[in-house]
Amino acid sequence: MAEDVKTPAPPPPPEGEKKPTAEKTAEAAPAVADAKPAAPVKPAAAAKPAAPAKPAGPVPLPWTSPLVEKYKGQYGSALEALTYLGQNYFAVDRSLIPNLLRLLRDEEEFDYCVDITAVHYPKREKQFDVIWILYSFPRNERVRVKTQIADGASIPSSVSIWATANWLEREVYDMFGIQFDGHPDLKRILLPDGWKGHPLRKDYGILQQDQEWVQINLGIESGQ
Amino acid sequence: MNDRLDPMSNLDLDAPDTYLDSNELIINMGPQHPATHGVLRVILKLDGEKVLGTECVIGYLHRGVEKIAENRTYTMFNPYVDRMDYVAAVSNGLGYCEAVEKLLNVEAPARAKYIRVILTELNRIASHQLWLGTHALDIGAMTPLFYTFRDREEILKIFEKYCGARLTTHAFRIGGCQYETYAGFEKDVKNFLTFVAPKIDEYETLLTTNRIWLERTKNVGVISAADAIALGVTGPVLRASGVKWDLRKAQPYAAYADFDFEIPIGENGDTYDRYLVRMAEMRQSLRIIEQAVNGIPEGPIMGKVPKVIKPPVGEIYHSIEAPKGELGYFIVSDGSTQPYRIRVRPPSFVNLQALDIMVRGLLVADVIAVIGTLDIVLGEVDR
Repeated sequence: MAEDVKTPAPPPPPEGEKKPTAEKTAEAAPAVADAKPAAPVKPAAAAKPAAPAKPAGPVPLPWTSPLVEKYKGQYGSALEALTYLGQNYFAVDRSLIPNLLRLLRDEEEFDYCVDITAVHYPKREKQFDVIWILYSFPRNERVRVKTQIADGASIPSSVSIWATANWLEREVYDMFGIQFDGHPDLKRILLPDGWKGHPLRKDYGILQQDQEWVQINLGIESGQ
Repeated sequence: MNDRLDPMSNLDLDAPDTYLDSNELIINMGPQHPATHGVLRVILKLDGEKVLGTECVIGYLHRGVEKIAENRTYTMFNPYVDRMDYVAAVSNGLGYCEAVEKLLNVEAPARAKYIRVILTELNRIASHQLWLGTHALDIGAMTPLFYTFRDREEILKIFEKYCGARLTTHAFRIGGCQYETYAGFEKDVKNFLTFVAPKIDEYETLLTTNRIWLERTKNVGVISAADAIALGVTGPVLRASGVKWDLRKAQPYAAYADFDFEIPIGENGDTYDRYLVRMAEMRQSLRIIEQAVNGIPEGPIMGKVPKVIKPPVGEIYHSIEAPKGELGYFIVSDGSTQPYRIRVRPPSFVNLQALDIMVRGLLVADVIAVIGTLDIVLGEVDR
């Protein structure tokens, strides 16, 4: 049963090689199993010699606007303003959170927090990107704020800035294990309370589960 | 048994007053309850019949869609998105396909965009019809359910003829549409428009001035515009509070910039206004479909998309106005054939968070009305 879940469709050659090992490790040590080759290594580029004509793709460019000027002057190098495919974002130092978020809401009218999410890069020193997607009704403009934090580090909660952050932060905590300081009720939201592990981390295998929880609470051997 | 499964865990049994002086009671609604529209569990703190507070327990339908995405190619993940908001599968697919197209920096051809708009708006009507039928049923009016299901069937028939599926349609592909319209598609759609317009009036004759309906919905579950914005509430719920904001107008996607339509809004932010807004939205959708089906351009239906979809390294956020609110996809690509991360911003999940402030001070029966008026789909809340 496990196998057919695993098989990714038309696999580009390099991934085909990876598959068997990934499957084996899934059974033995779920922690290392991940169908995807660990992120930034690009096996495809190495294996396909005859693909130099591939468009390199756009790169993030500096984003300039009065808004950026203002905060650049205030925060200097702790804040980087970029634009990619027409979407603007700030890549900021963790120390700017939550002050920058508060300023964006109070002074720049980013009154609607669309989403809070995270991305896990296990190979990086600061493993997590935490991302706020903001929207301003008066300006009809979107901006993202992105910061990096280390595994085990915490980040100030923004529930006092946007009430909607409550559930969004709980989901980030549930899925990644990121702590939000000052959150009124930081607990799991989609997974059951006693569950062990945070499934959207890259080191959490796709077949991995909390066996103990399943056996105790559901009375079955395995959820697979 | 863990604490979460025990509704009494918050009750301090050692406190001497718990049973003697206080009327507070904690009861459990759901997860198996017909009026929760799926497996939603709400823990209610009551004083007699009055609601003092609620807590939603969700996750019963959690399938880990975002984790699955990381282990699938972009194309393979496409059908999965239909299974989130399964009553508006076409909208889910539209949002996903457009997000990946944006990441690839390609655009669907004009004809594909028009087909997308027609199907998405038909789906919006179907979603609102299902909402109306079940919402009215929850409140005690059974007839609208039969009317709306009868008429929704006509939409599902068009879907079935177009792509072979009625609910989880997988109608679109990254770059355009898989299927050309079938012979007679335009006629079917036009027939549907003339068929359904009087039916919507018919629903209104059942409810809009119905005294019981008014009693049950007026001033029930009020949410102010400021609260709605702070809570990130979108879609008809936000518009009923008086905020004239619709992504189809604010940041047009697909072919919406070509069409003339209005954004219906309410004033009081109560259950009745949300009902009126959705009814008006159905009529606006008919207007959009009519313009789209009359102006549908000739041409290809598939853009220039490579066989193997491999977006360059980067990240993108794209969102659309789904029947329930802002449905967003945040996609991170590492340059491989599989997404590095896909985050779905589900409107139902965020809107459900407003339940607590909407029902405080109301009666238990009103909680049912408010869950109905929020129009949540648990498949999307839990993903």
